[in-house]
Amino acid sequence: MDFRDSPAEAEFRVRLRAWLVDNNPGLPASSTDDAYWARQAEWHSALYDAGFFGLSWPTRYGGHDLPTVFDVILDDELAAAGAPPRPSLGYLVQGMSTHGSDAIKDRFLPGLISGRDRWCQGFSEPDAGSDLASLRTTAIHEGDEYVIDGHKVWTSYSDVADWCFLLARTEPDVPKHKGLSAFAVAMDQPGIEQHPLRMINGITSEFGQVAFDGARVPAENMIGEPGEGWRVAMTIVSHEREPGELGYVARYSKTVKELEQAVRADPDAFRSDQREGIAWAYVQAEMLRLHVCRRLSERLDGVDHGPGGSVDKLLMTWVEQAVGTAALDVSGSRAAVDTDDVALKVYLYSRAQSVMGGTSQIQKNIIATRILGLPTG
Amino acid sequence: MDTRDTAEQAELRRSARRLARELGPATVAGLDDTTRAKRLAAAVHDAGWLELRNDAGDGRPLASGVESTIVVDALAGRAADVAFSGPVLAADLARRAGAPEAVGSVVAFTRGLVEAAEVDGDVTSSPLYAVDCGGEQLGPVFALQPDGDGYRLARVRDGGPIDGAVGGADLTRRVCTIAPGAAVLPVARQDRLLTRDDLAAWIALGLALTSADLVGAMRGVLDLTVAYAAERRQFGVPVGSFQAVQHLLADAVCLMEGSLSVALHAAWAVDDLDPEEARAAGRVAKAYCGRAARTVCETAIQVHGGIGNTWECMAHVYLRRALLSSQWFGDAGEQLRHLERERLGAADGLS
Repeated sequence: MDFRDSPAEAEFRVRLRAWLVDNNPGLPASSTDDAYWARQAEWHSALYDAGFFGLSWPTRYGGHDLPTVFDVILDDELAAAGAPPRPSLGYLVQGMSTHGSDAIKDRFLPGLISGRDRWCQGFSEPDAGSDLASLRTTAIHEGDEYVIDGHKVWTSYSDVADWCFLLARTEPDVPKHKGLSAFAVAMDQPGIEQHPLRMINGITSEFGQVAFDGARVPAENMIGEPGEGWRVAMTIVSHEREPGELGYVARYSKTVKELEQAVRADPDAFRSDQREGIAWAYVQAEMLRLHVCRRLSERLDGVDHGPGGSVDKLLMTWVEQAVGTAALDVSGSRAAVDTDDVALKVYLYSRAQSVMGGTSQIQKNIIATRILGLPTG
Repeated sequence: MDTRDTAEQAELRRSARRLARELGPATVAGLDDTTRAKRLAAAVHDAGWLELRNDAGDGRPLASGVESTIVVDALAGRAADVAFSGPVLAADLARRAGAPEAVGSVVAFTRGLVEAAEVDGDVTSSPLYAVDCGGEQLGPVFALQPDGDGYRLARVRDGGPIDGAVGGADLTRRVCTIAPGAAVLPVARQDRLLTRDDLAAWIALGLALTSADLVGAMRGVLDLTVAYAAERRQFGVPVGSFQAVQHLLADAVCLMEGSLSVALHAAWAVDDLDPEEARAAGRVAKAYCGRAARTVCETAIQVHGGIGNTWECMAHVYLRRALLSSQWFGDAGEQLRHLERERLGAADGLS
């Protein structure tokens, strides 16, 4: 058991730290400001071009084939520098790597990883949230193509996406989990329209809704086999729940650091409950950082696509919400009088963490039945 | 970076868990089985685990903080009624003081069990508490005697049968009260003064051991409770099939997993980080594990329902163990107070 950097890791850390001195874009947090999203692609490319992104992914697809724990260092240093977190798309890489054919992987992974191609994930629908398998978007086989009709929502980054990792019903007459398939759908075509979703904290750039009206996708763009869509989706969501895949630790640590600086600048201006709230948020953020160290170390034995991500997701949610609450409590009256108060936005955004990527209640169902082996009711 | 157990650590974890499973109390009634408890104590002794923090001959311990926490996690996981952390902490302090003969005894704490007792003069003036002091015989109990910029080890009891009050919340480990007026005696052959750094590193070990104990208790009580929820039937079905119950247990699993992650880091930090950093890592772990263990043990009692509130159910044995481990070296509130002061600066008047 060793939490210390190996020589290679230490060298990487020094190199990254030096690079960040001149290349921190100084963007506001993704959770609170559309200005982040306007320059997210630029940040992704910069990080990738400098050799600091896609660390554990195969070199064949533009990654670096490094041990998974290098991502811990990336998150550490991004947080320490106050830089934005790494782009969160590891779950799509996992889904495509696990289920895609060599042709699919060769064609799509390099652009996904480098940021040259922007991707969104078309899973949730207005009537298919927690019950994802009941989704109604159809993909009907016509010649060499599939024709897509339906409506997706909570589609992250749909406004800038070149491609959509779409889950659609290809076989309406089989049980709901068995009739789904996954596709890489080009977003720039007449049959697709997307609209932004405005979150309760006011941001409009992260999530969108997408209408498919006779959109077309070549059959060769199917990811996995016909009917494999549910398994593809489960691989993706299991990783979408992992802080180690998402890199959110950097965002939490950065916020805690800012709260600590605010209090240190004027210690007497804060009540003991506000101070304790920050100390607790620090403990929570540290817990998640160390939990990610442990999970990514366990991955040195090989990646597991199992239900453990649900545990990590709940831990991450508790951290985000502890940090959000501490920010709001420290902000105090400012949040009440200023619509643009950042702490207010951090807090309001944190409420979504127990819903996005699968609600906390769904995670608990998964833990109870698949990890604890309790009987279903 | 690789936080996985080494092959040796994994083997130690397996054998400690096996021993705790075979010789732990298993039931509340089993706590009264003195033959079994003696076999357990002998097995822990014979395994050499009490010596993990003894001097290897060069001033360094025989094993790192990680090995000690692996053992305590396993013992707590079966509510094993055997002294371990107490003697190991005494051995660690004695090693740091260059006083090898102190091995096998325990350290006295002041009321609150947060700090090692400081004694000045020939006799003690307040009650002291020997935590995790073991069986009927009590070896020498150590306290800290200020000396210039540092401390010397002193004895506040010279061994022999326990005569003070023994007990406390925990039914698996004993706290012995040493009444005021105990003679303060020198410890022979003590090569070094204990420095502030020595004490910070020793507190780091205390925080790591108590955090790991809490993790073990959480795992043990959850195993017990999940098995019960799958078996206990009401309304014609197992109570564990109800979401209301499932969600309580799912929360508890997450708290245990998060606690394990912070506790592993605190254990590693004992010997691999600077003393103050190691102590800070211990404080993070203890703050998280302390809060988590309380919730997890309370959940266990709730899920057991009526039987969970009776003496015969093992759940309260784990809760009681967690209460002592939580208090020893300071509970979550105590750790947060320290972290606040260290990270946010002093707040005069308001904090």
